[in-house]
Amino acid sequence: MLNYIIRRILYAIPILIGVNLITALLFFYVNTPDDMARMMLGEKRLTPAAMENWKSEHGYNLPLFINTKEGGAGILTQTIFVQKSLPLLWLDFGKSDRNNLDIGEEIKKRMWPSLAIAIPTFLIAVTVNIFLSMIIAYFRGTYIDSWGILICVVMMSVSTLFYIIGSQYFFGKTLRLFPISGFDTGLSALKFLILPVIIGVLSSIGGSVRFYRTVFLEEINKDYIRTARAKGLSEGKVLFKHGLRNALIPILTNIVAVLPLLFMGSLLIENFFAIPGLGSFTIDAINSQDFAIVRSMVYLGALLYVLGLILTDISYTLVDPRIRLE
Amino acid sequence: MPVILATDLVVFFIVACVLYIAFKAYGDNYVSTIWKELKRRPLTLVSIFLLALYLSVATADSIRWRDSIKDPDGNDTISEAGKKLYSPKALSLLDRTLSGLRSNTEKSFSAPLATLQFTKETIELEGGTRVRDYPPLKYPSTHLFGTDKVGGDVFFAAVKGIRTGIVIGTGATIIMIPFAIFFGVMAGFFGGRVDDLIQYIYTTLSSIPGVLLIVAFMLIFGTEGYQGGLITDKDLIYGFFVPNDRLFWLCLILGITSWTGLCRLIRGETLKLRELEYVQAARAFGVPKLIIAYRHIVPNILHLALITFVLLFSDLVLAEAVLSYLGIGVGPETGSWGNMINTARLELSREPVVWWNLVAAFVFMFALVLPANIFADAIRDALDPRLRKGGK
Amino acid sequence: MNNNLLIKRILFFTSLCLLLLSSTIGGCVPNNPYRSSESNKNIFYKTFSEAPKHLDPARSYYSDEFDILAQIYEPLIQYHYLKRPYELVPLTAKSVPTLTYFDKDKKTLPDDVSPEKVDRAVYEISIKEGIMYQNHPAFAKDADGRALFTNITEKDLKGISEITDFPKFGTRELIAEDYIYQIMRLADPQLHCPILPMLENYILGLDEYAESLKNKLAQIRATRKADAGLTYNQSLDEKKNPIIIDYKKFPLPGVVKIDKYKFKIILKKKYPQFIYWLAMPFFSPMPEEANLFYKQGPLQAKNITLNRFPVGTGPYRFEKFNPNMEIRLKKNENFHGEKYPSEGEPSDKKNGLLDDAFKTLPLIDEIVFKLEKEAIPRWNKFLQGYFDTSGIASDSFDQAVTISASGGARITKIMEEKGISLSTSIMPSTYYMGFNMQDSEVGGYSEKKQKLRQAISIALDYEEFIEIFTNGRAISAMGPLPPGIFGHKTGKEGINPLIYDWDVERKKPVRKSIEFAKELLSEAGFPGGRKPDGTPLIITFDNAWTGASSKQTINWFIKRFALLGIQLENRTTDGNRYQEKLQKGNFQFFFLGWFADYPDPENFLFLLHGPNGKVDFKGENASNYSNPEFDRLFKKMENINNSPERLKIVEDITKILRKDSPWVWGYHPVSFALIHNWVGNIKPNTMANNTMKYLKIDRELRENSRKEWNKPNLIPVLLFFVLLIAISLPALFRIWKKLGYSKKG
Repeated sequence: MLNYIIRRILYAIPILIGVNLITALLFFYVNTPDDMARMMLGEKRLTPAAMENWKSEHGYNLPLFINTKEGGAGILTQTIFVQKSLPLLWLDFGKSDRNNLDIGEEIKKRMWPSLAIAIPTFLIAVTVNIFLSMIIAYFRGTYIDSWGILICVVMMSVSTLFYIIGSQYFFGKTLRLFPISGFDTGLSALKFLILPVIIGVLSSIGGSVRFYRTVFLEEINKDYIRTARAKGLSEGKVLFKHGLRNALIPILTNIVAVLPLLFMGSLLIENFFAIPGLGSFTIDAINSQDFAIVRSMVYLGALLYVLGLILTDISYTLVDPRIRLE
Repeated sequence: MPVILATDLVVFFIVACVLYIAFKAYGDNYVSTIWKELKRRPLTLVSIFLLALYLSVATADSIRWRDSIKDPDGNDTISEAGKKLYSPKALSLLDRTLSGLRSNTEKSFSAPLATLQFTKETIELEGGTRVRDYPPLKYPSTHLFGTDKVGGDVFFAAVKGIRTGIVIGTGATIIMIPFAIFFGVMAGFFGGRVDDLIQYIYTTLSSIPGVLLIVAFMLIFGTEGYQGGLITDKDLIYGFFVPNDRLFWLCLILGITSWTGLCRLIRGETLKLRELEYVQAARAFGVPKLIIAYRHIVPNILHLALITFVLLFSDLVLAEAVLSYLGIGVGPETGSWGNMINTARLELSREPVVWWNLVAAFVFMFALVLPANIFADAIRDALDPRLRKGGK
Repeated sequence: MNNNLLIKRILFFTSLCLLLLSSTIGGCVPNNPYRSSESNKNIFYKTFSEAPKHLDPARSYYSDEFDILAQIYEPLIQYHYLKRPYELVPLTAKSVPTLTYFDKDKKTLPDDVSPEKVDRAVYEISIKEGIMYQNHPAFAKDADGRALFTNITEKDLKGISEITDFPKFGTRELIAEDYIYQIMRLADPQLHCPILPMLENYILGLDEYAESLKNKLAQIRATRKADAGLTYNQSLDEKKNPIIIDYKKFPLPGVVKIDKYKFKIILKKKYPQFIYWLAMPFFSPMPEEANLFYKQGPLQAKNITLNRFPVGTGPYRFEKFNPNMEIRLKKNENFHGEKYPSEGEPSDKKNGLLDDAFKTLPLIDEIVFKLEKEAIPRWNKFLQGYFDTSGIASDSFDQAVTISASGGARITKIMEEKGISLSTSIMPSTYYMGFNMQDSEVGGYSEKKQKLRQAISIALDYEEFIEIFTNGRAISAMGPLPPGIFGHKTGKEGINPLIYDWDVERKKPVRKSIEFAKELLSEAGFPGGRKPDGTPLIITFDNAWTGASSKQTINWFIKRFALLGIQLENRTTDGNRYQEKLQKGNFQFFFLGWFADYPDPENFLFLLHGPNGKVDFKGENASNYSNPEFDRLFKKMENINNSPERLKIVEDITKILRKDSPWVWGYHPVSFALIHNWVGNIKPNTMANNTMKYLKIDRELRENSRKEWNKPNLIPVLLFFVLLIAISLPALFRIWKKLGYSKKG
């Protein structure tokens, strides 16, 4: 087992290097250091000398991949790629372009509000969705099933933006039940969490319930269930004891894959509710074109995704002993 | 003088596909069984009708041409070089049909079918006294969904969003499907090094957070592209084709971020198909590998591509709205529901509320995404016999 | 299992309902975004829309940041809160410094001397004695009197994430050297002071000083690089071990210390406007201890930097700094006890603005800035009473303000019932559309080109623009100078006669007709918007409007140009490409705005000064306007004091500009602020930023209003649950039956 995990992790390294290369290419090609300097120094009283100065202060006065001015290995090391992009591999995120913030420190701080929203949303959503989909699967073929599916499809067809705008308007402004937006530290954050969590759950119901239902149905139609039924077990028992347990395997592995990505936070919800998490961190960085941050977030996202893949593989082997560890 | 945008080709391609399938359905047994399956549900039929309606509107909005410039006598103007001159405005068939709606603009907001403007203005009465009141509209009771801040007809704006919605929903998948099939089949069929390499590429690509990839990509390629509006000689090649179309770049990057799922699916299916007897037999006969892949594997995975296509459609349409909110969607001059929502969310804080912009975008978007979802379900059930009966 | 889940769900909902109910019965308000411990405290609530990027006074050049910064740092002088026109009064200085001019022989010259004769202009500044800094760890001393927090290690910083977390604080007196130190800092290449190039033109020897700092920095880096060898990584190295340049090692002849409380600033030329710069945060005092304290690797790694945690003598100090959520300022315990002004405009007495005369400032204990990115929540929270003041977004305008028939703004009835009042002020700024004067189509100085630009200026009906997009919260511009700036004229004298006519009856300017514009256009050689060869005239329009309502604005411009038959081709790009285009001169028609640094015509007219051209000289003149006559007059008016002579020159300049029309004189925005009735002592002051210290609030009134306005509306929720249960009854019944049935089986 340990051997397998180590091999999986080793396999992740070339992927992360690939991500690193792509982001470096994209971001330094899109935003030449000149662009960055112009953007960061602002519009009022901008001079080329100031831009030059900014570039050398932030280490962007080097060439991208090959520095012909240096001798020896300096050809490679004294370049933007090695100095700015490669340290990401060992999670050294460096400093932001705009206000010289230590990005790693900032991520550490911002991660908590993101998790405070993402984890409850995730847990409640999974419970509610599995519960609802089981009901619908249980009543398959009846009006409850067809109406349930229709409602799901309708809910899926509504843009998240509508859920957010609508809920803020309705719960916050008209009913005055929750603060419209904001955040706080510690336990005082609780009242700010309710509305975003409700929205997060609402917007996930349509797609997830429908997906879980098909998984359940697939399981119900398998031979062993038929056998169980033929043995005279009650429908409820068949469904919830045998069906659920086996259907949980694909559902669980599906869930495990997204687990690490909860860190990244939700771009939209965090922005609308002014929650100081990683999602709004990313959006702010995009809006102010602080690509040092965007680069870090891209890399972090990729890292978490790869982590998700590894976790999925491991959870597969744990829940389903038929899968061998190769 | 016709003008063709890169994204027009997408629309034309879809129309061609739909016609081809409809034509083929007459003779073909397989397709007609599927059709029968679809027909059994009235909801599906309604959906198909709505989708067809949207598609025809999108087509009408993709056929566009530039008028020649007339001098005051009504003759065509000829430039010094002896060339006929054309207006930089390329109006589509749809624009021309709905020209009334397009040009009957008011000064500012007005509620649906209202006769008075929504906001007060200082009006000068005869005799010079001035009052602050709601001025009458120029075209009362004609704006089905009211007018926006600068008096544009909201219904027309929503209709113009249809083409963008269709293009985004289909364009991304159409662009990526050939690649996904090619790489997926290669990986599954050849295995070994090829498989490793392809798996590496798609894992790497899919591990980059999609939104961020889109942002970076759009900032490189999107900003200089044609964003709707006037067409200048700089945009044109061969006098009629506009290759650098911002919407096209958006489709492309959405395709790049969404092809990996399908590729993985196809690879898995190919692995299964490879072991089937008739494929093994063909191998034994020494048929070249590429030909086997083309003849025996590709036709058997096409249904996967079709299912993915319809399933992704609604997601992509919804994604457009989010991207517009982030400021990296289509350009401000291209009509799109995302842009409408983005504008409308500020108008919600007005009192009394200006709701029609948001509602129009919502209704039009919903009327595309809901049928698409229902249709996607129907297609999947029809193509995937395991789930055909929906249980029991 | 199913039963369990169901029961759990029911329990969950019931408890939620109970929670909501109990919170209402308990009398507290469920939508209150603040902690209950904050209720009834003397706290002022404000918003900010994005995290401040720079709070270092050497770097910050952005009015939102000044809002925070100016409460903490104190420059030598400030604008009087109440008096108009704006008047500078001393803050930490004993008196407002005045320039003394000297010629080459060090002989004193009179004030109205012509600029060429001046060799040196000198400010001699004395600061008040006994002003203390806020309590700050940088001033903390050990038993031997040495700075306590030097050589901090990561271990020392455990549990410390803000300045207030440090275990020990100290303070010290403000001295003249602190001001000198800050002026030296402005030249530090690591800080990117935005006004350094401008200051180098005036302060004696500053350019050479900046150059020597730059060389020193390069030299330090070169040594470090040589030591580290191949693995040298500048950013990583300086993250661990920040470079500190000892400013005092290099000579700066332009700033001279006289004694502990006295120093001199020496300028190379006559520049009376320099006094306004002295009132900006750039010229705040900076204790050397603070700079040395913050420049420690472990602190930088924790993002505790001077760019985020100011150290000042002002009325407030940082209590909590979380730029992604809230910024909390607390009363500075050591504040030097400035008094509320006792004089003002005649109307101030009547308005109660002098009630607190001679009271010790600040009047409010705490200021809380809350991050609010979206306009809708911000507006709604203001209406709920959670923010004390608010601007008005264009879209909520009708709700808040009605414009009376006579054109004056009044608060609406709903707002009046809530006791909200309105305060308006014209901003010292201008938003304009510029032509690229170097462009072959729209640029140039021939009469034809002038007419083309005038025709476009007439067609762009800014009165309509203001009505639609700003709800009338602006006045259309007649030239580059906004009201309140020396040289601006109102009434009939002030109109731009090329674009407007004066309506004698109604006593207001009337825009010339579109027919007249068309005529001008054909005189310019573009009849009906066609070029001589018959092709339509296409003008490209560059802007960086990617925001939500940009589409409508762009459409408006296209519509207006179409009236002349001109096709406007929109080129929206991101801000960065836009700036690049402006710098390269790759554009025809563009949009920009300018917010004045100080109330003087020079600060606007320099935007059109030829040697300030953006393409050729990388200056601020984005339309690259260059008219020798203008340049000559500008040079002449630039450095003289306000006088009838100066007024005459400004008038002549305005005439030239109107004729050439390098800009479409757009509009000057009027800021509208809404204020709850519990806030006192508010008077809009567009130049001063340090105005928070004058404000006061009536806590009880606020508390009661909040309670009254925020009673939760529970009935729809209860209805919803009843409905939900009613709908699910058949299903529940079915489950029940099935389960019961199966148990039997």
